[in-house]
Amino acid sequence: MRISWLVPILALVAVIVPVAEFTDYHLFQLTMVVVYAIAILGLSLLIGFNGQISLGHGAFYAIGAYTTAILMTTWNMPYWLTLPVSALVCAGFGFLIGLPALRLGGLYLALTTFALAVAIPQILKYKAIDEWTGGVQGLVIDKPDAPFGLPLSPDQWLYIFTAFVASILYLVAWNVVRGRVGRAMMAIRDHSMAAEAMGINLPIVKTSAFAISAMYTGLAGSLGAIAVQFVAPDSFQVFVSVFLFVGLVVGGVSSIGGTLIGAAFIEFIPNFADKLSKAAPSAVYGVILIAVMFLMPMGAGGFLYAMWRKMTHRRGAETAGTQAKAAE
Amino acid sequence: MFAGVLHQIMSGIATGGIYASVALALVMIYQATHHVNFAQGEMATFSTYITLTFINAGFPYWVALGTAVVLSFIVGVAIERVLMRPLANAPVLASVGVFIGLLLIVNSLSGWFFDYTIKQFPTPFPDHPMLGGYLSGHELGSTAVTLIVLISVYIFFRFTRLGLAMRAAAFNPVSSRLVGVRVGWMLALGWGLAAAIGAIAGAMVAPVVFLDPNMMAGILLYAFAGALLGGIDNPLGAVIGGFMVGVIENLGGAYLVGTELKLTLALVIIVTVLTIKPTGLMGRKVFSRV
Repeated sequence: MRISWLVPILALVAVIVPVAEFTDYHLFQLTMVVVYAIAILGLSLLIGFNGQISLGHGAFYAIGAYTTAILMTTWNMPYWLTLPVSALVCAGFGFLIGLPALRLGGLYLALTTFALAVAIPQILKYKAIDEWTGGVQGLVIDKPDAPFGLPLSPDQWLYIFTAFVASILYLVAWNVVRGRVGRAMMAIRDHSMAAEAMGINLPIVKTSAFAISAMYTGLAGSLGAIAVQFVAPDSFQVFVSVFLFVGLVVGGVSSIGGTLIGAAFIEFIPNFADKLSKAAPSAVYGVILIAVMFLMPMGAGGFLYAMWRKMTHRRGAETAGTQAKAAE
Repeated sequence: MFAGVLHQIMSGIATGGIYASVALALVMIYQATHHVNFAQGEMATFSTYITLTFINAGFPYWVALGTAVVLSFIVGVAIERVLMRPLANAPVLASVGVFIGLLLIVNSLSGWFFDYTIKQFPTPFPDHPMLGGYLSGHELGSTAVTLIVLISVYIFFRFTRLGLAMRAAAFNPVSSRLVGVRVGWMLALGWGLAAAIGAIAGAMVAPVVFLDPNMMAGILLYAFAGALLGGIDNPLGAVIGGFMVGVIENLGGAYLVGTELKLTLALVIIVTVLTIKPTGLMGRKVFSRV
C-alpha cells in the first residue's frame, strides 16, 4: 500500500493547523521539535545509516548556532542568508572530524566525539575568539518578522519558515538514503569489508556521510538559535549531544519518520518530568533509553513501521484469499 | 623557572595518580568485556557522595571510605549482572546506549539525593606543604593512596588464584570456561573492582575539585586519554598513561594553553593518539579474522 501521497498533505496540515490554532508559546515549542528533528535526522544519517556512532553532535549544533548568531550580529546578515553559510561551515567541520574518524572503529569514535562534546563549551568561551562569540555572555539575536507584510506574528512566521526548511531537508535525506549513496552508506554499516570489496570507496562515503550529517545538525543549530534568539557556551554543554542521542534511539536509529517522534520526546518529556524534580528529566531519559535498548531496539519509528507492515500485509493476504475464493 | 616547572610536574603526578586509577578501572572493564564504561565517572561521583554521607553521619574518615568502597563494589557487581549481562553479544550501539542511560540515571540520582550545590570534601591528610614545599599534604597523601591501590591491584592479578582466573576469563573466555573458571562471575567481579577503585579515586580528587554531580566528567576524559595513551588493553600502560596525562595537563595548562582550554587538551591527546598510534604506547595490535 502506497502512502507517499499522504505525506505532503499531512505535512501541510501539520503546518497550517498549529499556525491557525496554537498560542505563540506552543508554536515556539513546535518549532523546537522541528529543529531537534532536523538535528536528530543528521545523527540518524550517520549512526543509523552509516554505522558511525557519534556522541558529539551537540558540537555541530553549537557551531551552526554560533555561525548564524555571529553572521547576524557582526555582519548584519539576514537570517535566511545565514543558513547556506552555516551549512557549508558545518559540513566542512564534519568533514574534518570525519577524517580521523576513518581510523576509529565503533567505540573509539563514540569516545572521541564524546570528548569533543565535553570540550566544545570551553572552546566557545576561549578568550582569543570572544570578540565574535561574546565569550561567556554569548550573543543575543533578533527574532525575524514575517516578510512581505504578511499578517503573521514572528513566532508563526518562524514556525512556517522552519517547517519549510525541514521539509526540504527531509526530502533530500529521503532521496539520499534511497539512492546510490544511501545504499553505499548502509552497505558499509552492515559489512564494511564486503562493501569495500564491491568497489565502494570507503573513505569518501564515510567522510561525506559525516559532512552531510554535520550539515543537518548544524542547520538545526542555526534554526534553533534564531528561534531561541540567544546563544551562549553553557547552552551547548555535553548534555545537548546526549539528548540528541536519546532522541535518536527513542525514535529509532534508522527511521527517518522516527526522528520526529524522538524530537517530540526530548522537547516535551522535560516539561512533564520537571514538575517532579530538577533531576527527573535526565533520570527519565536514562530509564527510557535503557528500556528502549532492551525492549524495542528499533525505536518507536521502527516499531510503528513493523506494525504498519504487519497490518497492510495481513490485509493484502486477505484480499488475495477472497480473490482466490471468487476465482473458484 | 626551574622550580616552577618542577612544581608543575610534581602536582601533575599527584593529579595523574587519580587519572591513573580511573584509567585502570576503565581498562579492567575494557579488557574483560571490550566495553568502555561511559558511566564510570558518574558512578565514582555517586560513591564519593556516599562517603561524604557516612563522614557527616559521624564515622571516621577511613571507615566511611571503606564502607563506600564495599558498597560500590556490590553495586558494580549488581549492574553487571542485571544490565550488562544480557548485552554481552549485542551491537556496539546497544552497549553505548545502555552506558549513556546509566550515566544519565546515576548523574541525576546524585543531583536528586545530594543536591546540585558544590560541596567541600574533607581530606584525611595534614594541611601543610611537604617535600620542600613542592606538594601539599593532600597531594602527597593521595599519590600514596593511589600507588597503594595500583600496587595491590597488581599483586591481586599477578599472585592470587582469583586474579589469575580473572585474567584467564578476559583473555580467552571459552577455554577458561572449559577449565572451570566461572567467566560470568569474573566479569561481574571486574565491574565490582572497577567501581571500588572509582570510589577511592573520587574521594581522593573531591578535596581538590570539590564535590558536585558533574565532578568526574572532566576527569573521566583525562582518564580516557591516559588509558588510550598507554594502550587500552594494558593495565600498566593505562597507569603510566594516566600519570603522563596528569603531567601534560599541568604543564600545558601552565605554559601552553592556559587553564580555560585544559579539557580541549584531553581531546587533542585522544585524537592524536588514535590517529598516530591507535594501540597506545604499550598496547597490543589486535588482528581479527575475516
